[in-house]
Amino acid sequence: MADPMKIRASLQGDVAEVRVLMSHPMETGQRKDADGKLVPLHFIQTISARLNGKPVFDAQTSQAISRNPVFAFKVKGAKPGDKLSISWEDNTGEKRTDEIVLGPT
Amino acid sequence: MNRVRRSVLRSVGAAGVVAGAMAAGWLKPNAALAADRNTAAFEATSTAGAMKALSMPAPVDSKDIELKAPDIAENGAVVPLEITSNIPGTESITIFIDKNPFPYVGTFDVSKGAMPFIALRVKMAESSNIRAVVQAAGKTFATAKEVKVTIGGCGA
Repeated sequence: MADPMKIRASLQGDVAEVRVLMSHPMETGQRKDADGKLVPLHFIQTISARLNGKPVFDAQTSQAISRNPVFAFKVKGAKPGDKLSISWEDNTGEKRTDEIVLGPT
Repeated sequence: MNRVRRSVLRSVGAAGVVAGAMAAGWLKPNAALAADRNTAAFEATSTAGAMKALSMPAPVDSKDIELKAPDIAENGAVVPLEITSNIPGTESITIFIDKNPFPYVGTFDVSKGAMPFIALRVKMAESSNIRAVVQAAGKTFATAKEVKVTIGGCGA
């Protein structure tokens, strides 16, 4: 199981600026290990965010995203106490979801 | 010319191509099911090929897309990008890096309640143009910026 994501959000009016750090190797399938063997492709394919269960943001991504990906995005219509959850799924079917509660500013 | 008939024929043709691709084993059935992921676009080795696979019309250059990226990236494994679209009705932001082995980086759908903004870090194999393509109200806009890479991030 992958490590939890680190999610930070700051509210400005009704817009939440969300920053998320995911823990993932994001292998491109082009790197060789110490034995000279290719490390197989292993990367996050889809990312989605929900505000109180309603989808607000989603993304399809390739292996060109850096290792331990960091994303920032802005969600409209957010208020303190709202639940924001972020999910990702990689090409091996591994997935993870983490949730935070937006705090007052 | 009967336009409805034309489009019906075209969609039947496209479905046939997908079925053929699955039969030939190019597309794994579960990949085809996974939230309509456009595998062909992700596997395209040129920006033009990826845009074609995404059925994206040729974009119009726009100054209303802000693409922030370093002029020189010392480490190609971590290149920070920040994209803001000031085009009304922005639905999605798509990123291409022309000279990467697979130029299509991803599409970020902001139409369901997010602002037209995305920040992320990408890998770059070598110095290249980065393109940010915005789809808004059925139209396609783009902006590009060249980033010079000192050490490529392909092996990272």
